[in-house]
Amino acid sequence: MISQNSEVILAVRDLTAEVDGTPILKGLNLEVKAGEIHAIMGPNGSGKSTFSKILAGHPDYTVTGGEVLFRGQNLLEMEAEERARSGIFLAFQYPIEIPGVSNLDFLRVAYNSKRQHAGLEELDAFDFDELVRQKLDVVKMDSAFLSRSLNEGFSGGEKKRNEILQMALLEPVLGILDETDSGLDIDALKIVAGGVNQLTKPDNAIVLITHYQRLLNYIVPDFVHVMARGRILTSGGKELALELETRGYDWVLESETVGAGA
Amino acid sequence: MSATVQNLVNQPYKYGFVTNIESDTIPKGLSEDVVRLISAKKEEPEWMLEFRLKAYRQWLKLTEPTWQNASYPAIDYQDIVYYSAPKVKEKKKSLEEVDPELLDTFEKLGIPLSEQKRLTNVAVDAIFDSVSVATTFREKLAEQGVIFCSISEAIKEYPELIQKYLGSVVPVADNYFAALNSAVFSDGSFVYIPKGTKCPMELSTYFRINNGDSGQFERTLIVAEEGSYVSYLEGCTAPMYDTNQLHAAVVELVALDNAEIKYSTVQNWYAGDANGKGGIYNFVTKRGLCQGVNSKISWTQVETGSAITWKYPSCVLVGDNSVGEFYSVALTNHYQQADTGTKMVHIGKNTKSTIISKGISAGKSKNSYRGLVKIGPKATGARNYSQCDSMLIGDNAQANTFPYIQVQNDRGRVEHEASTSKIGEDQLFYFAQRGISPEDAISMMISGFCKDVFNQLPMEFAVEADRLLSLKLEGSVG
Repeated sequence: MISQNSEVILAVRDLTAEVDGTPILKGLNLEVKAGEIHAIMGPNGSGKSTFSKILAGHPDYTVTGGEVLFRGQNLLEMEAEERARSGIFLAFQYPIEIPGVSNLDFLRVAYNSKRQHAGLEELDAFDFDELVRQKLDVVKMDSAFLSRSLNEGFSGGEKKRNEILQMALLEPVLGILDETDSGLDIDALKIVAGGVNQLTKPDNAIVLITHYQRLLNYIVPDFVHVMARGRILTSGGKELALELETRGYDWVLESETVGAGA
Repeated sequence: MSATVQNLVNQPYKYGFVTNIESDTIPKGLSEDVVRLISAKKEEPEWMLEFRLKAYRQWLKLTEPTWQNASYPAIDYQDIVYYSAPKVKEKKKSLEEVDPELLDTFEKLGIPLSEQKRLTNVAVDAIFDSVSVATTFREKLAEQGVIFCSISEAIKEYPELIQKYLGSVVPVADNYFAALNSAVFSDGSFVYIPKGTKCPMELSTYFRINNGDSGQFERTLIVAEEGSYVSYLEGCTAPMYDTNQLHAAVVELVALDNAEIKYSTVQNWYAGDANGKGGIYNFVTKRGLCQGVNSKISWTQVETGSAITWKYPSCVLVGDNSVGEFYSVALTNHYQQADTGTKMVHIGKNTKSTIISKGISAGKSKNSYRGLVKIGPKATGARNYSQCDSMLIGDNAQANTFPYIQVQNDRGRVEHEASTSKIGEDQLFYFAQRGISPEDAISMMISGFCKDVFNQLPMEFAVEADRLLSLKLEGSVG
């Protein structure tokens, strides 16, 4: 799927960012092309989740330097909802529970806001209902979930599947999965991974953020990056993930210290 | 709160205009002479004057309550105008004789009164400052024996009914503001539904305070005879002034055997500006008496306006198997204070009550639910279900719940549930990440939160209430 001539979907250069005055990202570089799957791994507190929220436009974080281009456009100038409508999707590590708003209504409004942005006519409730029922198969979800309040009282696995359902519906150009595997049992993990695999296409890209190599058995990445202290320290192919699994992160962190000294 | 939420809640008040009209206004201040003057201006019978004077003398002995969770500077009762009426030639016989300026005012408020434009299935009594200026569909309703007119007219035309029921649910000395109202009320609506009649259309009263110095003290009385049904709606707005205006109304409902009264309010008085200056003090006593067996009274209120709201629409369930319901959405923003809830007093056997209260607080506002459920010694088999939910928008608003439960027999059942939720940055970011704007996100969350209450409103008004809340909240989250 990978070719040198693929479109660059995401280009991050020397990105620095802080929250409440504390620097979190300290010069991050990353390039993601169409058709690629990237995995970002790293110890707790390395800035992985922050990075995903900054890409999605969370208001709590302040970008202090560097640039982020999304298909050549300055992403940092766009509001969060604009980024979403342009094709950035973040599968949340902790999806928010919204009592009183039905899952189906939420999905329809989200889907139509994207269509509107693309200059397409909104889908009416009946057509949308048909569409969403097809998408349920991607994550093997029961249609009873549609009439329930958004994420309210969902189990951990159900919440994550619901995120992937939203992704299936919104067909993003760049899907960012923030620790989607955390808290999943093996069956749920297989369903979620299977869903993501169905959604990978030559013209979109996926960034997986994860602690564990386990997920990468089911979603095979083209590139693996190790992130720590707000930067990407080293990158490699899928074999890097296996090495991390057996050796841990310490050797990467040490080589970085040495490298920095040299 | 971030800028987005701020902007969302801070929508300008669009009913804040003042109508230029010549008024017959009496000087400020309250005394026995003023009470006599009001009664004289209204050409009332002697018994009505006696009612007022008795109330006034009781009021002098009462003290203003201080237990509510709201604070405001002392009210100077001598600095209020107690009677202000737009000048009319003679008592209007038809709408053609009503001052066009007034018709225009109500039209601007979305309440067209003229024959051609009026709402087809809603009869309206329009009250401007102290008096009723027009009541639509009177004749049509009269064909079914339904009486719908201003209370002033009712005092003259149906004295037996008024003497029998006025003050029967809320006695003149019930509380400080009710006593004040009983002494000086200048108009209001009267509804009488005869035995076995289902009122063929929605009845509605629209209250408008125009004069900056005048208080509004209206009185509503609804009597539903055996086996009858009526659905009644009130709406209220006021111009924007820097000063506070006092609104102290009394509403009494009486439901006889197998009768049902559904009373809905959409209250949008001026709430004061972003700094808490100006706005209406809404101190209201509303009480329904389920006197007959199997009778039912249900209160639905959407409270969005007023600087201070102090209001507890209640049901006294005397008839066996009678039912009381209270559905409420109270929204506060900026420096608004609301202390509102209900009282359900179970006296008869197998009486049932339901309380669904939804409080939404934004800005620096205070929103309290205060409710009493009382199961009397003879109310065997009585049941109550209460649900009080609060939603906080931003980080500086307050929500409180004060439930009081008194059970005096062991064969009743009382259930109480409460929850608190929040619209903050995380919720809005989740919606934004799915391409949904903050405006739409808030509107979806609020509609979802209020669904159980809006479902109780008559169709036309449910849509209106939904829109009103979104408007009020525009600019509030962030």
